[in-house]
Amino acid sequence: MAQFFQQVVSGLASGAIYAALALALVLIHRATGVINFAQGEMAMFTTYIASALMVSHDFPYWVAFFVTLAIAFVGGVALQRVVIRPIEQASILTIVIVTIGLVLIFNGLASWIWTGEIRPFPSAFPNDTIDVGGVAISVQDIGTIGVVIGLVVLLWAFFEFTKIGLAMRASALNPDASRLVGVRVGWMLGIGWGLAAVLGAVAGMLAAPTVFLEPNMMQGILIFAFASAVLGGIDSPFGAVAGGLMLGVGLNLVGNYVDFVGSDLRLPVALLVILIVLLVRPAGLFGKPVTRRV
Amino acid sequence: MSRVQLRPAALVKPLLFVLAALAVLFLPRFISDFRAQQFAYVAIFLIALIGLNVLTGFTGQISLGHGAFMAIGAYTTAILISNSEPALKLGSHVFEGQMQDYWTIPIAGIVAGVIGFLFGFPALRLSGLYLALATFAVAIATPALIRRFDTLTGGGAGINFFDSPRFTGLPKTDPVTFEEIPGGVDLRLFTIPTFNEWLYYLTWTVALVLFVVAWALLRGRTGRALRSVRDSELAAASSGVNLARYKTLAFGISAFYAGVAGSLYAIANTNVYPDAFGITLSIFLLVGVVVGGLGSLWPLVIGAVFIQFLPLWAQSLNGPLPDSLLLVDVPNFRAPGAPAVVYGVILILVMLAFPGGAAGLVRRLGALSRRLSQRAS
Repeated sequence: MAQFFQQVVSGLASGAIYAALALALVLIHRATGVINFAQGEMAMFTTYIASALMVSHDFPYWVAFFVTLAIAFVGGVALQRVVIRPIEQASILTIVIVTIGLVLIFNGLASWIWTGEIRPFPSAFPNDTIDVGGVAISVQDIGTIGVVIGLVVLLWAFFEFTKIGLAMRASALNPDASRLVGVRVGWMLGIGWGLAAVLGAVAGMLAAPTVFLEPNMMQGILIFAFASAVLGGIDSPFGAVAGGLMLGVGLNLVGNYVDFVGSDLRLPVALLVILIVLLVRPAGLFGKPVTRRV
Repeated sequence: MSRVQLRPAALVKPLLFVLAALAVLFLPRFISDFRAQQFAYVAIFLIALIGLNVLTGFTGQISLGHGAFMAIGAYTTAILISNSEPALKLGSHVFEGQMQDYWTIPIAGIVAGVIGFLFGFPALRLSGLYLALATFAVAIATPALIRRFDTLTGGGAGINFFDSPRFTGLPKTDPVTFEEIPGGVDLRLFTIPTFNEWLYYLTWTVALVLFVVAWALLRGRTGRALRSVRDSELAAASSGVNLARYKTLAFGISAFYAGVAGSLYAIANTNVYPDAFGITLSIFLLVGVVVGGLGSLWPLVIGAVFIQFLPLWAQSLNGPLPDSLLLVDVPNFRAPGAPAVVYGVILILVMLAFPGGAAGLVRRLGALSRRLSQRAS
């Protein structure tokens, strides 16, 4: 039983990482109806930046952490302004292809600049365990969960209590009306991309100590984030977080207790989750079903 | 200008095709053995690109996972040819590699086509973005799936059928020692002396046949129906186009082409392994279709040449980046990521500036020259 709880906690920790990346996807999808296929590669790239700051510029961990978040935010806004804005009105196919182009660019740049070799990445938390009622829980797992919870609360407060947050919600809901009352919708979308990049950077830096730093490190995690977002409902921020945690715990338990799945089949299981949810309940568990007028 | 009723324009395309076929036939007389191999890959990519374009360019169904269908074709061929020890098993059936190489090509196409057709049914319920998402996930999960079923697929090491007795009677270059292994095929008209030339003629024969098939299929009723599904599902359905039938058909045809391409890809490589069929392959196919032109056929040749030769060119870009970008000191700097960056930039630039790809560019230039000549006259 103790082992079971240990698996649940470590599942929650990986689930928290999926949740952060899923939240980034949901943020962009709500605002613009786009799925950003480059979200994972952006996260990987910012994690490399954090590593470069720590290794070659001797920044302490948390300084590097927050500097990276700032860089990620500016980079995300810039990306939206330069690459995404010109194709806002274009077909879905165009937008998908452009974000795939971004996947190639970030992935290629990372191996171009930092070579493709696998590097270690430090964790902010000590590699200890604490004993809770006979269950050994890793401090790293608790720290990961804590950082993501803190981030989600901050984001929620930002959207709920600040004027910019309100303007962003308004432009996602009804861009034309928002424009009429003086909201600069274009910049709100830019800030949305910036925040998504920040969420991705956090996910990357939390994941890197276990998956190690390499250009393809976020590919699997991106699929888990897709599955989380789809499971929770791709337009529901709450759903993304809940979906991420559920998927993290679920995959960890299935991977450990179902021999057939093991560690190899986690990705295909996530794929199965995506397909089943999309086919059976496309709005996800917490999303509102969309009805379309024809 | 006189108005001619008999349209010579109708003859231009078949004539061009014959010329192209002749060029393909005699090209190996003028290029090295190594180049012949590279052009064989162009034919393989061309087949895959035609398949992907039937689905994405003509029918508007985005697939980011076409590498998975190529994997199905490639593994079908590899499993049927291979005589590896221990033998590959599916359930209680043991594959002993009794099949001659070229017989496996249509089988690979059919296996992939049937699976693609079946995948078309759930895909009916996924529109636009969600289909892209699901196929992207398929592409990333493919290598893991292949690895998991290792009794059939050889696991992470893959299947090497280089030595199989039923695999081409032609001289091959040993991949380790680079020594030529003697052999040869007499086709009466002329002999094909090397494996690479054999590969060249095999791939281009299949490519030209499948090109004509696609052309015939897409110019008539079926092609119109597929394009109407792409342009407006609503309008198509109200005009009596059966959406479900044509979408699943497009998936089936598209996967058939990808399966054949995968089969030839396996033959060209003389082996298969899981990581060859990851997301990168799927994305490269998308790049090829976009560069050639979504919804076009002829210009896909340009797309195929592009994805075969651009990485070779981009690898020569291995000078160091400016120091300011290098946050970490790297000894012996090389540029493994350069092709991907170039691809990505071109992909975005094409979508921003020339959404029609090479096909659109040619059309635009044609319109421009017509306007200029009209102004002159």
